[in-house]
Formats: sequence, structure tokens, C-alpha cells
Amino acid sequence: MWSYFANPHKFLGLSNWLAPVFYIAGALCIGWGLWQALWIIPKDDYQGGDIMRVMFVHVPAAWLAMASYSALAIASFVWFIWRHELADIAAKSIAPLGAVWTALCLATGAIWGKPTWGTWWQWDDARMMSVLFLFFLFLGYMALRAAMDSRQKAARAGAILAMVGAINVPLIKFSVDLFTSLHQPASVITADGPAMPAVYLTPLLISGLGHSLLFGGLVMTHMRTEIRERRIARLTAKALEA
Amino acid sequence: MSGAPVLAAFRQAFGEAWAGGAGALMPLGFLGGAAVLVPLGIGSDTQTLQAVGPGIIWVALALSSLVTLERIFQADVEDGTLDLWLQAGTPMAAIAAAKTLAHWLAAGLPLALASPLLALMFQAQISPQLLTDLGLYTLGGLAFFFWGGVGAALSATVRRGGLLIALIALPLYVPTAIFGALAMTGGIGSDGAPMLLAASTLFACAVAPYAMAAALRLAAD
Repeated sequence: MWSYFANPHKFLGLSNWLAPVFYIAGALCIGWGLWQALWIIPKDDYQGGDIMRVMFVHVPAAWLAMASYSALAIASFVWFIWRHELADIAAKSIAPLGAVWTALCLATGAIWGKPTWGTWWQWDDARMMSVLFLFFLFLGYMALRAAMDSRQKAARAGAILAMVGAINVPLIKFSVDLFTSLHQPASVITADGPAMPAVYLTPLLISGLGHSLLFGGLVMTHMRTEIRERRIARLTAKALEA
Repeated sequence: MSGAPVLAAFRQAFGEAWAGGAGALMPLGFLGGAAVLVPLGIGSDTQTLQAVGPGIIWVALALSSLVTLERIFQADVEDGTLDLWLQAGTPMAAIAAAKTLAHWLAAGLPLALASPLLALMFQAQISPQLLTDLGLYTLGGLAFFFWGGVGAALSATVRRGGLLIALIALPLYVPTAIFGALAMTGGIGSDGAPMLLAASTLFACAVAPYAMAAALRLAAD
């Protein structure tokens, strides 16, 4: 089934209707999540009052930062092993979007951190550091691709870097459990189930789904553009030859 | 498959690091220069210097490992040595590991050995702690060289790729930097930190040569 969609033509057909569906569903989920977060859920004085409402953007952004890097590494792996061109196109499209969500995670984290912990940024917090470097990893990936003189080389160099950089993902995930610092330990995905009342958990999960759908839609649109750009480049080369 | 080409690569890299006068002295000079700038910048208060010293040395160590690594694979790409290795079917991971190890011996080990001296400049007391720190710097430096080598191999064909190496390699330094600083500062949860540092260094030595080999094959195309 996967090699069926490895065909760019089939992908164009699929994403033609799937991307808009993702956009609409994502907008609905994010909209509902924000409505719940801003107006419905009760104020939580323990977590710093109204500021904890930023959680409904921060936590999905953090999930997506990690998930997008994992997706980048997986797409790179698939391209490296099977040389499906579409996997490289996916990796190239994921990188800038992943960087955006990572930046969003850092920004909302700082906004949340100032009133609750009294600081925008805490240097000895392993999770903040590792997310910051995840952001740099995305930038490095894009810079490396841009520096290569051919598309093949860009794809190969990028794939190697993305796979090597994947060592940081488990470190980010478990940094809050490994090191004691400001950042609270995991409270949604734990061995004993979510340590969070449903009134917060449901909007959080819906919000996370919405962000993922929006991300997926944007990646598909970016991939469609990239496929067409490569087609144009090939046609131009052909026209120049003739 | 004989080990001769790997040994030759090691010797060549080792000689290269010493040749041309300033090879191994460059990073040492950089380390010293960077460290000397700090007291000039933040003032000479003994308490402050003692507090920031170990961390400053970490940073200087990480940065000065990038100084020599920029050139580690570039010459092989330029003069065709790389193509000969590939044609001879030499295991590239072994070549890459040998070259990185040689560079570390020539430049990285002196850097680590200079660290107690720098610590004294940062008003550290003479104690067995200095030797422990020296061991930690040696371990961490090895990881820095291996991850930096990946960046160097990836940007071997890029003109003036020095800055690119820094951007690629610094995120890879993170586990080393985090565990190293944790072992150094001795805060909460630092009991296992030297072990975690050693583990991440071993991981670097195990994984990085294969990434370097893949990147070098790419550079030869």
C-alpha cells in the first residue's frame, strides 16, 4: 500500500482532496480547543491562574515539535533505504514547518514560564535546552540542504543528518523524567494513565489533534508545490535540450 | 581486507594535524584565547570565576574542537584520496573513525590536558577534583570530535563550510553537554551523570563513524 502512494501522481490525486479535509477538520478542532481553553474551562489557581490556558497551544506545539522531527527522521530513513522520491519531498517539506512549531513551543513555553516560574528561560532545564537544540537541528538541516549543489546530494546529506540527529528525540522526551528541574514531569502519557482531569484533558487532546491535522495539511500542500517545482525543472531542462 | 589503508589514514591524519606549523596549536590557542577573554569580560571576582570556570572550559572545548575539524575530510575530497579509498573498497567507517581518532589525539587530547591549567586560571583549588574534571573533559571531548566529524564529513564538499559545521554539530553536542555539565556541577540527580556521559561518548564512537562514512560516499559522487 505504501509503495502505491510512493508514486507522486497517486499522491497528487490523494492530497488533492485530503489536504482540504485536513485543513477544515484541523480548524474545527483548534477552534473548539481554543474556545474551551479560553472561555469554558475553570481557572486553575494552582497552575498560575489564567496563564495555564496557554497550555492548549504549548503542549500540542511541543508534541508536534517532537513528532515532526520523528517524521523527518522516518521519511529520511525511508528515502535512504528505498529511494522513494516522495519520502525526500516529505522530509524537505516537514523541516520548515517543524521549525515553526518548535519555535511556537519555545515561545509559548517562555510566556507560560514568566508568570509561573518567574523566568522566561531557565538554562539548566534540560527540556528547554533540548527543545532549543531541536530548533537548531531543523535550521541546520535546512542550511545543509540549501548548501548542496545538487538535489540528490541535498537529499542524501539531509537524510544522514536527520537520522543522526534522531538521537536527541528520546533525550527530549525523557529529559523531564531523567532530570529534576523546573519543567513538570509528563502528565498525559504515563504508565498510570493521564494524571489530569478530563475537563483539561479532552480539549488538550482535541487541540493536539487539530494541530496535527493542520500540520499534515500544510505538509501535503508543501509537498504538492515541491512535486510541481521538480516537474517544472525537469520540463525546463528538457525544453533547453531540444 | 587488510588494515593497512586504515592505518595509513590514521598516520596521515595524525601527521596532517602536526604539519604546517600551527595544526594542533590552533585549537589550543583558540581554547586559551577564548578562556582568557572571559575574565576580561565578566570581571576578575574570584567567586564568580570559580563558579563559571568549569562551564566556560566546556564551552571553549566544544568550540575549539570545531577549529580543526573543518579541514579533516576536505583535503581527501580535494586531492582524490577519498576516491582511491572508495575504489579500493576500504571500509569507510573504519577510515573515518581512524582519522577522527587521530585528530582527537593530536588536538583534542591536548585540549583536555590543558583544562586543569585553565581551571587554575579560573581560581580553582588544587585538588583531586581537577583530575576527575580532566577525565570528564577527555570523555566529552572525544564525543565532540566524533559528532563534529559528522558535520565535517557532511559539509566536506561545501565551500567555506565552517559555519555550516557549527550549525550541524552543535545540536549533536547536546547530550554530551548536558551530561557533562551535570557531572561537573554536581547538582540534583548528578550521581549517574559521569556514567551517562561515558555512555553517550561510547554511543558517539559507535554511531558517528557510519554517518561519516555515508557522508563521505556522498562527497565522492
